[in-house]
Amino acid sequence: MNTKNKIKHTAEDLGVKKVYLESGIEVNPIYTAEDVENSNSKHEMPGEYPFTRGIHNTMYRKRPFTIRQYAGFASPEETNERFQFLIANGQSGLNVAFDLPTQCGLDSDDPRAMGEVGRVGMTVDTLDDFEIAFKNIDLDKITVSLTINGSAIIAIAMYIAMAEKAGYDISKLRGTAQNDILKEFIGRGTWIFPVDKSVKLVIDTIEYCAKHVPKYSPVSVCGYHIRESGANPIQEMAYAFCIAKAYTDGALSRGINIDDFASRLSFNFDIYGNLFEQIAKFRGGRRLWAKIIREEYLAKNDDSCWLRMIAGGGGGGLTKEQPENNIVRSAYYALISALSGTQTMALCSYDEAYTIPTEHSAEISLRTMQIMIHEMGICDTVDPLGGSYYVEALTDKFEEEIKKEMKTVDKWGGIVNAVATGKIQESVSKQAYTREMGMQTGKVDKVGVNIFTREEESKPIEFHPYNQEAADKQVEKLKRIKASRNNELVKQKLDTIRKDAKEDKNLMPSIIEAVKEYATVGEIVQVMKDVYGEFKEPIFF
Amino acid sequence: MKVLLSKPGLDGHDVGVKVLAHGLIEAGYEVVYTGLRKTIDEIVQMAIENKVDAIGLSILSGTHIFLAQKMKEVMDEKKLTIPWFVGGNVPPLDVAKLEKIGASKAFPTSTKIVDVVNYFKESLPNPSEGGTFVVERNK
Repeated sequence: MNTKNKIKHTAEDLGVKKVYLESGIEVNPIYTAEDVENSNSKHEMPGEYPFTRGIHNTMYRKRPFTIRQYAGFASPEETNERFQFLIANGQSGLNVAFDLPTQCGLDSDDPRAMGEVGRVGMTVDTLDDFEIAFKNIDLDKITVSLTINGSAIIAIAMYIAMAEKAGYDISKLRGTAQNDILKEFIGRGTWIFPVDKSVKLVIDTIEYCAKHVPKYSPVSVCGYHIRESGANPIQEMAYAFCIAKAYTDGALSRGINIDDFASRLSFNFDIYGNLFEQIAKFRGGRRLWAKIIREEYLAKNDDSCWLRMIAGGGGGGLTKEQPENNIVRSAYYALISALSGTQTMALCSYDEAYTIPTEHSAEISLRTMQIMIHEMGICDTVDPLGGSYYVEALTDKFEEEIKKEMKTVDKWGGIVNAVATGKIQESVSKQAYTREMGMQTGKVDKVGVNIFTREEESKPIEFHPYNQEAADKQVEKLKRIKASRNNELVKQKLDTIRKDAKEDKNLMPSIIEAVKEYATVGEIVQVMKDVYGEFKEPIFF
Repeated sequence: MKVLLSKPGLDGHDVGVKVLAHGLIEAGYEVVYTGLRKTIDEIVQMAIENKVDAIGLSILSGTHIFLAQKMKEVMDEKKLTIPWFVGGNVPPLDVAKLEKIGASKAFPTSTKIVDVVNYFKESLPNPSEGGTFVVERNK
């Protein structure tokens, strides 16, 4: 094109203020065909490599995204009740929250668990708790996602043991576990063992599932918490891809075929922020991931190259001020997620920043997604923004920038080293400070916080009360189980875990055997701590 | 003037406490951070060892009342008078409860960094030169 006739479309050309996305990318006021002149995007099709426009050719026309709200309450009984409620209301997947003692590998009767039992999710001491929580839930029809990391290997073992005992064929058992320990060191913080041993345990679950539970997705790599900890959208994707590559390398080192592993890998990303920036993040990320899996790992199958994701949450964008505004924000976030071609969606409820969602607020989230599916025509056409000059140009830019950021991690000695030394934590936490100050000083607009604020006291929010009685009952039950199980057998099973850990064997088989005899989460973790030691947190801020 | 920022209990939400650490450092305070998952005993021990002038407890899991009671117990047991603060996911009604238990002040989420820093400045007049910590108890 003749440069003399170049269309005026930059901020400078048009004499308007410059605009930058959170990722630092400058946005022009107008985009034209010129911006995508050299882009391959015009040849891309949904369901075709590199899947920029979506991993399936028919996407939501065939089946809308799965709605999978995060749920979990104090006791396994209460959790089971909530699951029944969600299923009765049309939810097709279950996302299980666990309490912090379970996530950190402590039993309910541990002194460090006092005041925390059942507070932020379901308590699990033994297999008995899994058996109660999933009673009368058809595991063939509902996909269950376990939100657990540090002690994930035990939770997955319990899920498999529970299903096996209930008569399911585990070779057909579906479901996912979060089980992304590397991001726990960056945000969320439920690590237990040193970084290298933690990664080893993730690889153990991958190897075991690839061989015995092939339909189960043992890892969901989370950019989500990295973003919530302060990362920008480029870093969110870049760090998540580096983490996913670390697990992939581990799986390959155990002799697993790339096509057997990559097709079970899923991702969890965040949806708050600038609408177009997030959409480009997902589209560009999807293209880059497909290229990594095909070009670097030489995967043959198309489905290995799919960036399967849950794009949801958005907690970082919600505010305590004027909390009802969060209902509106979440509806936009849901739109971002749908326009990005997600497989699964979950929204933060408007009160989630301060409490566990009430039944009422959880219902609003569910209805938000259902209104979008059934009234807005969101499922009619695949990738409706495909071909938009702006979205395609930004998608290309994101692919390039994510790739660049991944190289930065390489310079830090790779993701495992960057996490163990605190390099990533340091950079993310500095950004969180800059972001927070930007909001507090009014550099970044936030409705109800620094613009359009109002003086009057916000409506008091309902809080989920702590149930001491349920916690006490859990401790009593644990005592009962410890008294009634075959303790000699439990000791033998724990010794086998110890022996396998020392010999650096895959721990899944011995843990499954131990949980079947009702060995507790705390007992198993203690054995592993004895052999592996514990993570020493590098203090960076 | 030295402030110990801590994460008691099992809660892993550390964005807020680190943001505050940056804010206090910028305002001239020396900050010691405990890292995640410390018991109250460990936190108080670190406060003694580091000779800090104030202790901040960051709690977002809803365990604040329980942990504040434990804090009060340990502080009394060791006969310590270092002022301590709670920040995090504190419902409005619990602010007064925490201050009654013995916290000098409770800062719920969405408190501005500048307000925390200003409160510290009023209580610690010369952060860079040191000074006596004056706590004004909310009536």
